[in-house]
Amino acid sequence: MQSSKFAPWDDPDAKPLIRFRNVTKRFGEFTAIDNLTLDIYEREFFALLGPSGCGKTTMMRMLAGFENPTEGVIELAGQDIAPVPPNKRAVNMMFQSYALFPHLSVWDNIAFGLRRDRMSKQDIEKRVDEMLRLVRLEKFAKRKPHQISGGQRQRVALARSLAKAPKLLLLDEPLGALDKKLRQDTQFELMDIQEKTGTTFVIVTHDQEEAMTVASRVAVMDQGQLMQVSTPDRIYETPNSVYVADFIGDVNIIKGRATPDGEETYRIDWAEGQQPLIAKSSNGFASGQTCHLAIRPEKVTISSERPADAANALQGRVHDIAYLGNLSTYHVELPNGTIIKAQTSNTRRISRRTFTWEDTVWLSWTATAGVLLAD
Amino acid sequence: MNRLSWFNTVSLTLGFAFLYIPMVILIVYSFNESKLVTVWAGFSTKWYGELLGNDAFLSAAWVTLKVAVLSSTFATVLGTMGAYVLVRGGRFMGRTLFSGMIYAPLVMPEVITGLSLLLLFIGIGIERGVMTIVLAHTTFSMCYVSVVVSSRLVTFDRSLEEAALDLGCSPAEAFRLVTLPIIAPAVISGWLLAFTLSLDDLVIASFTSGPSATTLPIKIFSAVRLGVSPEINALSTIMIGIVTVGVISASLISKQALVRQKRDEQAAARAQ
Repeated sequence: MQSSKFAPWDDPDAKPLIRFRNVTKRFGEFTAIDNLTLDIYEREFFALLGPSGCGKTTMMRMLAGFENPTEGVIELAGQDIAPVPPNKRAVNMMFQSYALFPHLSVWDNIAFGLRRDRMSKQDIEKRVDEMLRLVRLEKFAKRKPHQISGGQRQRVALARSLAKAPKLLLLDEPLGALDKKLRQDTQFELMDIQEKTGTTFVIVTHDQEEAMTVASRVAVMDQGQLMQVSTPDRIYETPNSVYVADFIGDVNIIKGRATPDGEETYRIDWAEGQQPLIAKSSNGFASGQTCHLAIRPEKVTISSERPADAANALQGRVHDIAYLGNLSTYHVELPNGTIIKAQTSNTRRISRRTFTWEDTVWLSWTATAGVLLAD
Repeated sequence: MNRLSWFNTVSLTLGFAFLYIPMVILIVYSFNESKLVTVWAGFSTKWYGELLGNDAFLSAAWVTLKVAVLSSTFATVLGTMGAYVLVRGGRFMGRTLFSGMIYAPLVMPEVITGLSLLLLFIGIGIERGVMTIVLAHTTFSMCYVSVVVSSRLVTFDRSLEEAALDLGCSPAEAFRLVTLPIIAPAVISGWLLAFTLSLDDLVIASFTSGPSATTLPIKIFSAVRLGVSPEINALSTIMIGIVTVGVISASLISKQALVRQKRDEQAAARAQ
């Protein structure tokens, strides 16, 4: 992550590089982007995250110039970019399919954009060699795209889109075609290159882990709208809606009725004959208002005895255990049938596991562990 | 190699005999000493020598070649442009109608195409000659080119063109530097198809040719009506030779390209 605190979005004087202002995009009857307003700042690594069909790719194609907004304005460095065709924008894109030109060598692929700028021959050579070094492909300059591996192709595509030193680099699901291990390595490589070049990156992905890893800020999208725009930790720890809480990571959602009980504290009646839960929240709730308590499995403690000082404690039976190697997730069934997930790290060998199927256990968490969300 | 069963051997022999015996007879008789086509009188190449001295045949051959090269080139340019618009143009008004109409000349009887062209040329008062045959051949062969090229364009990854635009190409540059080199094999085979179609067309050419220009198929056809001469056999043998060399070399070139690509891909797989 950034060494000094990098947070231009908190600075009211900072000028955004990209501004979406009330942008709407319709394809016939279908509204892909719905009155969306968003600022992205220079040197940011910004992730657009959402399920397929949420409009994230449309946002990117509007930035690249392949689509124009139906309504609203998109500004790049203070200028409306709608009348600028894609070949005149200081924006480059790395395509999901990489879109490497199959008839050109790796070297010529990277030089392609520079040649269009009528750069001198020596300058092109210098720049291409620099790019090849950046992505560590010096040895493959003469190969054709079909003569290199998938991971190498991905790096050629990255080098080609960075060669013209764009103000903004768009990455459309850049790691989708790579296997998991290679993807993780490449994520760190991408962050490294982004920091080295100081380019603003906007990445489109449906992989929430990828977005959390690489991005300085994440925008969670659904049906053409922004659900939440924030740093990865805030998106995870303080989601603003049930949708975001559910989309990012694993979560238990308990529905109930809130009753104010002291300062910023609420009592939640969630099931007949069950003790109410206690949760703190700075969001205001009226007495009797429907609410959802979202709590991450790793914040739920599992124990055999009832913890003496826990704000919330529930008894249940171990219904299932998901063993993930480093972690285990216990699915605990409460007497009314609700399943609550609790996660513990496996610091001991599996043979010494404390709980097993059908054991009666206690689940507990503090008043601040969960997030209380409105309907 | 597997040995073929007797049944397969017989079918293979019969099939190929059916296809090639007429041509073999033609080639054999082109080396016949006798002037009578059906009587064998010993080996000779004299008809080939006479052919070289026959100005009427040579000029017809020259006209045919000119027409074939010009019309297939025009047809390739127009057919590629048409295919590009139909595949890439998006949904414009009347697109379905146009893409249906481009296939119509493929199934249109040649007599009708020839007749309608003849009426057109008479109507606008163009004197019939090499130019009218070129126009006529361009008309009917451009749909073949457009079919070949559009089937390649359909499988063409659109993002390659977008990448070219993104890297600073104007749409025309993107076509010239990215699309055209990649679809080149389809364009070339479209050209070859148009070339062979023009080379052996008799019906349309006879409607649109004038006294100043006669193509080889017309010449052969009219000569045969006066009786088959060994000279025609010699000429046909030469044409068979040209076509055979063309077909074999084209298939060798494409096979080599395929082998090379396969080898490269295997090398890439090993490098991973």
